[in-house]
Amino acid sequence: MIKQQYQAVVIGASAGGLHALLAILKQLPRNYALPVVVVQHIGEHMEPSLADYLDRCCDISVREAEEKQFIEGSTVYIAPAGYHLLVEEDRTFSLSVDPRVQYARPSIDVLFDSAADAFGPNLVGVVLTGANADGSQGLKKIKTVGGMAVVQNPDTAEASEMPRKAMEITAVDYVMALEEIGQLLAGLNHWDKGNL
Amino acid sequence: MTPQEIEKLEIELLLEAVYSRHGYDFRHYAPASLKRRIKHLMAISGLHHVSEMLPRILHDELFFDAFLKDMSIVVTEMFRDPKVFLALREKIVPILKTYPIFKVWHAGCATGEEVYAIAILLTEEGLYGRAQIYATDYNVRSLEIASKGIYPVDKIKQYTENHHKAGGKVPFSDYYYAQYGSAKLQESLKEKIVFSHHNLVSDGVFGEMNLIICRNVLIYFDRELQNRVLNLFYQSLEPLGILCLGTKETLAFSDVANKFEIVSKDEKIYRKIA
Repeated sequence: MIKQQYQAVVIGASAGGLHALLAILKQLPRNYALPVVVVQHIGEHMEPSLADYLDRCCDISVREAEEKQFIEGSTVYIAPAGYHLLVEEDRTFSLSVDPRVQYARPSIDVLFDSAADAFGPNLVGVVLTGANADGSQGLKKIKTVGGMAVVQNPDTAEASEMPRKAMEITAVDYVMALEEIGQLLAGLNHWDKGNL
Repeated sequence: MTPQEIEKLEIELLLEAVYSRHGYDFRHYAPASLKRRIKHLMAISGLHHVSEMLPRILHDELFFDAFLKDMSIVVTEMFRDPKVFLALREKIVPILKTYPIFKVWHAGCATGEEVYAIAILLTEEGLYGRAQIYATDYNVRSLEIASKGIYPVDKIKQYTENHHKAGGKVPFSDYYYAQYGSAKLQESLKEKIVFSHHNLVSDGVFGEMNLIICRNVLIYFDRELQNRVLNLFYQSLEPLGILCLGTKETLAFSDVANKFEIVSKDEKIYRKIA
């Protein structure tokens, strides 16, 4: 197996996502080398913010993504409610209030699509629990450019539709329970430290 | 070249063509969103490469119209981010009350929902009679919709809720009447609004403003263009004038940052102090 130098992780989650994200992000150490970028479908007004809540529960630092911010390792970035989050080729974030995609803003597809353009084969995409089809087009794109595609095992997901839809159109690399996804992502840490 | 590099080149060529042929400059827009929009138009036009749009941009006015429309789709609503309007009501209205007349510039007003929200807010505060509102956008079609003041009635529920959260003083239903699936806003709300064409990318200062509102426009620009536009706002504001940006936007990284003070941090409301 060729050891690829993964440089970033993108995660998409919808219904049931809070629990799933916690299970995964808790396994990442504070000095985790890669940036992790998350779209979680959510109502527009959550207090405290999802980022603040996750930050309190996890070792790794969790923050809301800001526009034009440079994407750095050891950080989990959460898409702000009501905005699409995009990754630019210079590895900064952009936000948009473009129309909803598949009823969603932020849209997982929009994040994955732009991140695949920016990181190419060095990207890991993860689709978690959800009751819609968001993320499947984006995951397909990640796989097309040579990145790694991971899906939560639909049998273990609170809502199985989103991971199932993703598996329908893409030959994903891994179908795993949350625990295993956390381990897989944590394991990427050893491969390319210092290269970011 | 990889297919991605070729596509990037195609987009560069397209933007040059749009600029040279039609004078609209998208070259300093944030690339990722722009690319999505271009590829969306490409797909619905049945084209396979971005470069196939080039001859049509050059020779086909209708296609250029469609391009311009697609590039400037924005989703706006009345009283989006109610907290911002609450802050305007609580912190900015008292300032405006000290002026016998004042000027407001709503820059990048799109289809106008937010301009009418401001008109409603000023009406409720008894200030509308003293106001002159300039609402501008670079998209003429958006301005046409804006000047009509007619919106789909299915949005009204959301607007009503937003208006209430924004400190609305009378029932929102006082401001429109519904007919055939549309809600038409009261004519009186238009009295002090002038809709006009202005392109933030290429046009100049819009002078002597007391309040400039420009929300969720700068996020589409790169840093260089953001900085240019923020300078334009600075120059267009009267001393102690107010600038209100989108809640995810900031002037912290611009070279006019130290010429403003923060009035309302989370709501991104600033005041020109130097």
